[in-house]
Amino acid sequence: MKEFEKGKMVPVPSHSIIPERDIGKTPVLECVHLGIEFGGLKAVDDFNFTIGKTEIAGLIGPNGAGKTTVFNLLTKVYAPTHGTIMLDGDDITTKSTVQVSKLGVARTFQNIRLFSDLSVEDNVRVGLHNQVKYSTFDGVLRLPAFWKKEKAFHEKAMELLSIFDMQDMAATKAGSLPYGAQRRLEIVRALATAPKLLLLDEPAAGMNPNETAELMENIVKIRDTFQIAVLLIEHDMKLVMGICEGICVLNFGRIIAKGTAEEIQTNPEVIKAYLGNNSMEG
Amino acid sequence: MEFLSYLISGLSLGSVYAIIALGYTMVYGIAKMLNFAHGDVIMVGGYVSYTAVNMLGVPGWLSVLIAMVVCTVLGIVIEGLAYRPLRAAPSLAVLITAIGVSYFLQNSALLIWGANVKSYPSLISGTLKLFDNRLSISYVSILTVFACIVIMIGLTLFTSKTKMGKAMRACSEDKGAAQLMGINVNRTISVTFAIGSALAAIAGVLLCSSYPTLVPTTGSMPGIKAFTAAVFGGIGSIPGAFLGGLLLGVIESFAKAYISTQLANTIVFAVLIVVLLVRPAGLLGKYVPEKV
Amino acid sequence: MSKLRNLDKTSKRNYFTYLLVTAAFLAVTFMNQGGLLNKKMQGLLVPVCCYIIMALSLNLTVGIMGELSLGHAGFMSLGAFTGVVVSQSLMGAIPNEPLRLCIAILCGAAIAAVGGFLIGLPVLRLRGDYLAIVTLAFGEIIMDIINCLIVGHDEKGIHIIFNFKGDKTVADLNLLEGGTAIIKGAQGAVGTKTIASFTGGFVLILITLFIIINFVRSRSGRAVLAIRDNRIAAESVGVDVMKYKMIAFVISTTLAGAAGALYGLNFTGITAAKFNFNTSILVLVFVVLGGLGNLMGSVIAATVLYILPEALRQFSEYRMLIYAIVLILVMLATNNPKVKNLFMKIIPTRKKGKGD
Repeated sequence: MKEFEKGKMVPVPSHSIIPERDIGKTPVLECVHLGIEFGGLKAVDDFNFTIGKTEIAGLIGPNGAGKTTVFNLLTKVYAPTHGTIMLDGDDITTKSTVQVSKLGVARTFQNIRLFSDLSVEDNVRVGLHNQVKYSTFDGVLRLPAFWKKEKAFHEKAMELLSIFDMQDMAATKAGSLPYGAQRRLEIVRALATAPKLLLLDEPAAGMNPNETAELMENIVKIRDTFQIAVLLIEHDMKLVMGICEGICVLNFGRIIAKGTAEEIQTNPEVIKAYLGNNSMEG
Repeated sequence: MEFLSYLISGLSLGSVYAIIALGYTMVYGIAKMLNFAHGDVIMVGGYVSYTAVNMLGVPGWLSVLIAMVVCTVLGIVIEGLAYRPLRAAPSLAVLITAIGVSYFLQNSALLIWGANVKSYPSLISGTLKLFDNRLSISYVSILTVFACIVIMIGLTLFTSKTKMGKAMRACSEDKGAAQLMGINVNRTISVTFAIGSALAAIAGVLLCSSYPTLVPTTGSMPGIKAFTAAVFGGIGSIPGAFLGGLLLGVIESFAKAYISTQLANTIVFAVLIVVLLVRPAGLLGKYVPEKV
Repeated sequence: MSKLRNLDKTSKRNYFTYLLVTAAFLAVTFMNQGGLLNKKMQGLLVPVCCYIIMALSLNLTVGIMGELSLGHAGFMSLGAFTGVVVSQSLMGAIPNEPLRLCIAILCGAAIAAVGGFLIGLPVLRLRGDYLAIVTLAFGEIIMDIINCLIVGHDEKGIHIIFNFKGDKTVADLNLLEGGTAIIKGAQGAVGTKTIASFTGGFVLILITLFIIINFVRSRSGRAVLAIRDNRIAAESVGVDVMKYKMIAFVISTTLAGAAGALYGLNFTGITAAKFNFNTSILVLVFVVLGGLGNLMGSVIAATVLYILPEALRQFSEYRMLIYAIVLILVMLATNNPKVKNLFMKIIPTRKKGKGD
């Protein structure tokens, strides 16, 4: 981090784990002139952005640049005031959060939002809500569908938890997990919704370098296993430069640069945005 | 003429609601609790004033002061003993405690004053006759509306100009930050309860002057109505409580006159529901969406 | 047997709740047959069952869904008056009392379900204290409306007048000879044939427990718990918040309606005013003291707190005062660390406060 403040960028690791970009395929997400105003203040403005079907992309920028607002727009927590959002060919601009989730956008939150009174396994089961289904009636009367589907719930939840080796914690209350495990559980829960696009809001926040390195490998592994796109907000430049194929830099709600890690690191606008703030943490 | 007379009786009733609602809203704004015992403080105010006039023979105006003093002390004691220890507790626990306090006050009143209906002596009698006697307004109504306006103005000045008033506003915004700025949060909340209870005493006297039957549950329904008025206007907002109270009184009065006496409460509550659906934070309340 | 050992804590507690209720029922039945219960205690049996069901169903809304409802008695009222009308008008057609009781309870539950759905539509959009005040408002509205009803039955069927001007009486029903008035406006239901039984109450408690326990531990129940814990996260994983809140709320009001029907058919006369705000609060007190989300707690709290004021009769006028003080002290003892410690010293055998 300190190097960055002096104006030197974190170098891309030589043993790059970036595979080929999925250039040429139709993008899974396409934002055109996306924007939102809060009482006249343009929190995000003219956001034009695409992400490929199996691409890992990064969204960076100083604090208050509007990164989380972009996530909130993509998941329809906020309704955009301008522009359109296309997900895999479907216009989701006017869809609800729930519909967007069903269509394949999953997210984690900057300030962790787990179902803290539920067990780890039940958190994942709620994530599987639209993947495994039976009616309230089946459930209350304990009809055969209940037993069959609950078994499926259990098996799938365990399979998902195994990504992060969390099967042993299945019965633990989510709220009592250590911080790092809570972040991992949020990712598992998001994956349970079978997304096409996974949005990670500061996945490495509060993690030590070892944990971050492990997380980087896991994000790549998730992309490879599930064949999905990942868009992440992160302040840890090692992570962003290490695994993101495309990077988008936001400042004051506007995109100031887009490109690969190398392009971003040498972009004068980006350096100005960060150093003008005197600190990348803001 | 009929219309005007209903409007005036509605404004008078609304003023009582508004005075109670002001107490509700201030307490809610600062302590974030639904003080269900507030209505019963009104009842205590009424009984104290009644006792002062009938047993001790003091003049009416003095009985109001005595009622205010008793209720203020009662408010501070209730807050200190029952609510302060629960400052960090879940809101439901505080709500149940408030209900406990409400039962306590009602049953204490039952023991002290008995279950028989006490007929409250009107502080001011007589009516003002206008338009060749076609419109008569009781002096109590005029006094009630007048008192409500004075209280409303006084409270607005108090919260905007005085140090304690500013401390109250600071505490209702953010208790932690207020504490860091050197504001004594506990004392500020105590003062808020004191003011709210003093207002309840005035409301009790005015209510009993207009509707002179006094029983231990006298305060319950006006309490609920005033609470509705506070929510109606936007809970936590002083002008909102004033507006909500007056509107509620007028709606109730017109509903009774023109639609149905039986369904007057239903109409009042139905209007509340419609308002909340259109404006989830009430007429003058600020809607704060949850931050993601 | 090994299967039993593998059960998690919640399942064990649930089975224990069924067991406890059954054991209590058997014990009370034997005591009653042995003549150990006086007339007054016998009279309390069915109402206690009703209030247990009320507490359990309200616990679904308040404890499990996490929304404060202050109008639960309104749904009990819907069930009670529906049950009375159904039972009174079917008296000739279905002379078998247990069967008529079942039908009356089902009808009461159905009407309360419809009421819950209609009221849920606006109410469940609101949050927190706003939701609370609107449920309170609806509770009062239901009471007012039932107060305006005049219902009678004759060989032509059921006659209903909505007496909102207050100028109608039973005579306006124009009942044929042999017809009877069932609800007389503000006087309420009169001359009801009481067919509610303690056994009926016991079965209804078991059904209520079965429905709530199974609901909570199913896909829909998990969705409701998730919404309570974190609404925004629940939406983000595709849980339809309105739908699942509605399901939980309607189940809750349906059960309240069933309890109401049983209650209504236990007395020769009831008024709508019986189901006012104070009754809603009474049930809420049971739920909070029993513990939010704790079904066994609701059963115990409803039983003890309903019987307690009766048991305190010897203190006559002081009993409600004592009740109020106990209520405040319990809340302080369970929620304030200092007071809790103080109580712990006085009662060293108790390890944990009720409210955690």
